[in-house]
Amino acid sequence: MALVLPTCSLWKRELVRFVRDRHRLYGAILQPLLFWLLVGAGLNASFFPAGVDAEVTYLEYIYPGTLLLILLFTAIFSTISVVEDRKEGFMQSVLVAPVPRASLVLGKVLGGTTLAVLEGLIFLLFAYQLDIPLSPASLAATICFLVLLGLALTGLGFTIAWRMESTAGFHAIMNLLLLPMWLLSGAFFPLSGAPPWLGWLMKVNPLTYGVAGLRRVLYLEAPAKAGDVASLEYCIGVTLIFTFATLLASIAVVVKGEGARV
Amino acid sequence: MHQYGDRRAVDGINLQIEAGEIFGLLGPNGGGKTTLFRILSTMLHPTSGRVRILGLDPKTESAAIRGRIGVVFQNPSLDAKLTVLENLNHQGHLHGLRGKNLKARIDDLLSKMGLESRMHDRAEVLSGGLLRRVDLIRGLLHRPDLLIFDEPSTGLDPGVRRAYWADLEDLREKEGTTLILTTHFIEEAERCDRVGILDQGRLVVEGRPSDLRQAVGMDVIVIEAEGVGALRDDIFDKAGVSAIVLDGTLRIECTDGHRLMGELYAMFRDQITAITLGRPTLEDVFVRETGHRLQAIPEVA
Repeated sequence: MALVLPTCSLWKRELVRFVRDRHRLYGAILQPLLFWLLVGAGLNASFFPAGVDAEVTYLEYIYPGTLLLILLFTAIFSTISVVEDRKEGFMQSVLVAPVPRASLVLGKVLGGTTLAVLEGLIFLLFAYQLDIPLSPASLAATICFLVLLGLALTGLGFTIAWRMESTAGFHAIMNLLLLPMWLLSGAFFPLSGAPPWLGWLMKVNPLTYGVAGLRRVLYLEAPAKAGDVASLEYCIGVTLIFTFATLLASIAVVVKGEGARV
Repeated sequence: MHQYGDRRAVDGINLQIEAGEIFGLLGPNGGGKTTLFRILSTMLHPTSGRVRILGLDPKTESAAIRGRIGVVFQNPSLDAKLTVLENLNHQGHLHGLRGKNLKARIDDLLSKMGLESRMHDRAEVLSGGLLRRVDLIRGLLHRPDLLIFDEPSTGLDPGVRRAYWADLEDLREKEGTTLILTTHFIEEAERCDRVGILDQGRLVVEGRPSDLRQAVGMDVIVIEAEGVGALRDDIFDKAGVSAIVLDGTLRIECTDGHRLMGELYAMFRDQITAITLGRPTLEDVFVRETGHRLQAIPEVA
């Protein structure tokens, strides 16, 4: 019992808070959507990425990356609140409750992931507008992959947030680390055309395999359109390790901070 | 002892708090109260020394301790977007309470505090005083043996403070709950059974407020004047009474304040701007033990 009840309770709290906060409801979807439409339409005529099927419009090309961006934004919105919550809010009492520290982490991460995947699903509706052949199989595979990525990104956000003294600090990390990671994930341009030093950065970036994985599952029925990216198995492997690592890190930062600082 | 980097936040504290008492930790901000509060609420382990809460060691048995203590923070630990009921439900779940048991307990506490009508209001619409009371209920849900408060009265009007204190004293009477609170308000410390005065991380003195006050002496005369230093010397030379200078005023501790005040006023009328006579308060105890004021502006209850 000790783990399940508090985890579910905290999970539920995340969902209720989201529904009651209009801004989050709109912000996490509208911002990437707008970006996708503007950039996609704008760059369409000028962009011919190497190694990509000529039939694929730029709008379609950046679709998987935008899907990732939605996950990333939701993860950030979910976890940034941890900073204030821990110092002055609800979470103060969670820290002095006889609750396993893992419960605290899981409640938050599962909540954030649920929201991220739901938002991703809404965006998936647009896939039908493009030429992405979504079958029940590819849809199921995509959803599974979204769950995995959602867990990884929320876990990452949590690990960062737990050690922050201020929300401003989190914003700094967001701008210096998270957004560049996304920019260099193959969301905009393929690995193959990039200069070697950039290519190296992209290869070590776990998000690259997130985007590649999304390409693979979205185009499960038409593999040629996915382009020249890592194989599905490879992407799943890397992302699994990434997810595992960030979840462990989340629990570690809480346990390590136990009794040492507030 | 607890050390943050090079700074010792609290050092050499030797304290024993009895079951069922209301114990106050009085001190200025930055004096170590918050650190002590965190140690007592199991959020922080001391760098060295020994802590036992309800007989248990927080380093090894923190879960057991947490099941039996309630903690009320300076900022109410409530989610603004959730209703009072939702907040309390979540809190109950954190302590393994659920279903009918939890519902009954919440209903009971809400009606005792007269808050049932606000049950479905979001926390963000409640006033500061009401939020504190909901937060108190939150801390009480699991029937803790010990309740620890950090600055319970900060930001509350005097009327609300009194009502809140009535709830606390009730708790002690009816449930036998031990209460520990940190405060920088003199009159709040006066209401505790025993008080520990903290200054710069050290426990300066500790005991019952009445005992501590009596140790100061019976009366305190405070004189305001233009040239306090000169006046002090004057008073010593001509009346044989020693005074200390504090914050631009003179303080004299004595046993026959009424008579002395009259004499001093008669002798030094021209130099004195104002002269007051009062009973010693814990502020005077603090001043006596530390040599400086507890706070820049005395709080009015």
